[in-house]
Amino acid sequence: MDKKFDYFLEGKTGKWEVVIGLEVHAQITSNAKLFSSSSTKFGSNPNSQVSFVDAAMPGMLPVINKYCVEQAVKTGLGLKATINNFSKFDRKNYFYADLPQGYQISQFKFPIVGEGQIILDMPYGTKIAGIERLHLEQDAGKSLHDQDPSNSFVDLNRSGIALMEIVGKPDLRSPDEVAQYVKKLRSIMRYLNTCDGNMDEGSLRADVNVSVRKVGSSDLGTRCEIKNVNSIKFMQQAIEYEAKRQIEIIEEGGTIDQQTRLFDTKKIETRSMRSKEDAHDYRYFPDPDLLPLVLEQSFVDKIKNSLPEMPDEKKIRLMNDFDLSSYDASIVVSDRDISEYYEEVAKDSDYKLAANWMIVELFGVLNKEGKEIKDSPVSAKNLSKLINLIKNNTISGKIAKIVFEEMVKNNEDPEKIVNEKGMKQQSDPEELKKIIDTILKNNEDKVEQYKAGKDKLFGFFVGEVMKNTQGKGNPKLINDILKQQLK
Amino acid sequence: MSEITKLTLVELTKKIKSKELSALEAANAYVSRIKKSKKLNTFVTETLDQALVSAKNIDDNNLKSGVLAGAPIAVKDLFCTKNVQTTASSKILKNFIPPYESTVTSKLWDSGAILLGKLNCDEFAMGSSNETSAYGNVINPYQESGENLVPGGSSGGCSSAVSANLTSSTVGTDTGGSIRQPASFTGIVGLKPTYGRCSRWGIVAFASSLDQAGPMTKDVSDSALMLDVISGYDEKDSTSANIEKGDFLNSLNKNIKGLKVGIPKEYIVDNMPKEIQTLWDKGIEWMKESGAIIKNISLPNTKYALPTYYIVAPAEASSNLSRYDGVKYGFRAPGKDLIEMYENTRAEGFGNEVKRRIMIGTYVLSSGYYDAYYLKAQQVRRLIKNDFDLAFKEVDTILTPTTPSSAFKIGDKTNDPISMYLNDVFTVPVNLAGLPAISIPAGFDDSGLPLGLQLIGKSFDEQTILNSAYALEEKISFKSKVIDWWI
Repeated sequence: MDKKFDYFLEGKTGKWEVVIGLEVHAQITSNAKLFSSSSTKFGSNPNSQVSFVDAAMPGMLPVINKYCVEQAVKTGLGLKATINNFSKFDRKNYFYADLPQGYQISQFKFPIVGEGQIILDMPYGTKIAGIERLHLEQDAGKSLHDQDPSNSFVDLNRSGIALMEIVGKPDLRSPDEVAQYVKKLRSIMRYLNTCDGNMDEGSLRADVNVSVRKVGSSDLGTRCEIKNVNSIKFMQQAIEYEAKRQIEIIEEGGTIDQQTRLFDTKKIETRSMRSKEDAHDYRYFPDPDLLPLVLEQSFVDKIKNSLPEMPDEKKIRLMNDFDLSSYDASIVVSDRDISEYYEEVAKDSDYKLAANWMIVELFGVLNKEGKEIKDSPVSAKNLSKLINLIKNNTISGKIAKIVFEEMVKNNEDPEKIVNEKGMKQQSDPEELKKIIDTILKNNEDKVEQYKAGKDKLFGFFVGEVMKNTQGKGNPKLINDILKQQLK
Repeated sequence: MSEITKLTLVELTKKIKSKELSALEAANAYVSRIKKSKKLNTFVTETLDQALVSAKNIDDNNLKSGVLAGAPIAVKDLFCTKNVQTTASSKILKNFIPPYESTVTSKLWDSGAILLGKLNCDEFAMGSSNETSAYGNVINPYQESGENLVPGGSSGGCSSAVSANLTSSTVGTDTGGSIRQPASFTGIVGLKPTYGRCSRWGIVAFASSLDQAGPMTKDVSDSALMLDVISGYDEKDSTSANIEKGDFLNSLNKNIKGLKVGIPKEYIVDNMPKEIQTLWDKGIEWMKESGAIIKNISLPNTKYALPTYYIVAPAEASSNLSRYDGVKYGFRAPGKDLIEMYENTRAEGFGNEVKRRIMIGTYVLSSGYYDAYYLKAQQVRRLIKNDFDLAFKEVDTILTPTTPSSAFKIGDKTNDPISMYLNDVFTVPVNLAGLPAISIPAGFDDSGLPLGLQLIGKSFDEQTILNSAYALEEKISFKSKVIDWWI
């Protein structure tokens, strides 16, 4: 690898390394909540998706949603993690207005998924980030403090929605690694359809644990936990701020208090929320309303056998079978939607050309227009056709770019554009030879000079032929014929 | 009229079915007796007018297919009843009207029974004398030299109402003896089914791993009939047992020849009145006369049952009662902020015994104490269960007194919670082990107060204890000494 890891923070006393571990809360893609049949649809009217269980009415009991269990197992398998055939639900007790039961049902001692890993492609090579565990838990409702001058309102639509808490090991060392980690995790879950990864809607958010240590040290420093950060950019900013804050304190002879902190997205700083002494005592204990969750191995195996091809495997396949570069392969597998689009383009055209065209041309357009691949102005089918037109020499790469620009405007069929605009490549050698002969005849002086050693003039002749064919001349043929005639 | 209210549930329903008696006549008999019995304070909420309307409807439309058709039944105010106030005898649920019906009570109404109202109990079923109710203590229909006595608890309104013929039968709940102890104090039959036999859905929770609904009736046959109606798997309660339903009344059989009856030596406790020992000895004789084989057994961990119970039950209760926070329903005492609102609401809304148990429960679950108390208690609970498992390899049922004393005077034990808790010494081990047990009236003490004997059965073997109780009942031929002193 040409690059080396270089994220160290310079302090007064020397170089510091940042140690980061993430606790990601991912909302499970499911129509119903974890312990009730209420809908999980986002953006509905407040308190319109609340069952008696979600509102913690007296005497109501939770019943586990089997589909959410499947989703957690599937995610665990996607993280190459141990699936625990025996797990338990515990109650995490605390009072808050948007926590109707007065406790959150979570998994404390016996999580459904154990250790796993995520592979990160960094510029300095592949890095494996460890997963500590994944457990199931309920989301809380939402408190609204800005609706009334003297009252807070509570919306319980989110109350009871299934979350996976994915606890990562403190294996990350830079904001870039954190970004890669979150992107990769998101991508895995999107491949599996277990979480839509929509950070704007809060489907994916993270608590970020940060500590610092001198380069070369292998001890972990005291960490601070930054709660509930909901974008990759904010995570990176929070880490940078927090690491510098900690370094400053230590270098001035202070010690780090284990704290829970909040990230202020406007001031771009972290602020103390509570110290260890004020930490909640959640009084975890096994939920007596629920039996232990016992998974038959056949249930796990069935899910295992239904897993789609995951990004890491797909990348290797594309590199081995279609000779894609590691860089190109990483990009086309990075997201489920991109990879599905890519497969559709490539399967009837050319894997390598498809990757090039998507990465260079299509992503250029999408970036410019701020669009996601699912809103692409060019359909996969049409892009596939365009690539085939290049492949069978109907048009040149250069013409293809012009056709592509047309396609972006209204997703028109490239064959139609080529026909209507007469853009077909001039590939008849006889025709081309006639044109070339005429040009050489009209430029005898230049032919002389070329023959006398002025090689650069070859480009001039090509340009003249192209001008004559309105750019439609087959470049390879033109080269061959010119060379022949100039001998 | 009063003869109607003396009929057993089996007799009453037979007469209504054969049209010897109309449902309206039956309802009227109960309604007029309830109206004359306010002094006993058995009801928190009466639904008498509605009961008469329902009874007339049954007669008019000949709706007599259900096994309980036309039977007027009041239920413990711990069962949520749709559109009828449900308070758990607490101020915090004053005016709470559930929009749903508990599974157990739905089964009653589906079988044709008619709701008379909601019966008083200890607040959130926490108590052994019905003195912790926010709606005043219930009076036992038995008096001691003209002085009022407690009806037992927590199902004290239930026991008093059945004993005083204010309901044809009832359902109570039993967490540590709350069906059997009051049954014993009032001369009626009380059955606590195996944990999981009846659904807990819609019952205000006290201690989820111990709570179980069960019948409280005039005789053994009535309990069998009621159990037929209220038992069964409920997918809405994850801890309800998915096993075949019994056919308890039809299978009721006095023949207990050869049945092996265990007598546990650990149930001979210090300071137990001689009358209780005498009654127990009589019970043994009666069983022998019926052909049963008596075996001495040992349940060595019995002495740990009470302390174990008073860790496990408050722990679960402290969490279960967190939902009563003034935010969503029930009583709210305002405060300047959320925390103060919580504090005021819970300080004013809960009575002293409930607060005491919430504090004990919070303490035993808190970090640093969890292992020493809650975890240890769960381990001891397992040992207690093992004692029973071992014993039941030798015997088919276990015979003990139900309580270590007869009913006591109101106020006698209110300042001494420990001596109050000792009331449950014979009943609590059964809940910890999840077993079924029945208390039947077996005689009177020297003051003319009823005393009960308890038969404990194997898991899901209610039939054996019902049959044994049925055989004993014949030998005892208990006659109520209630003299309607309050009318």
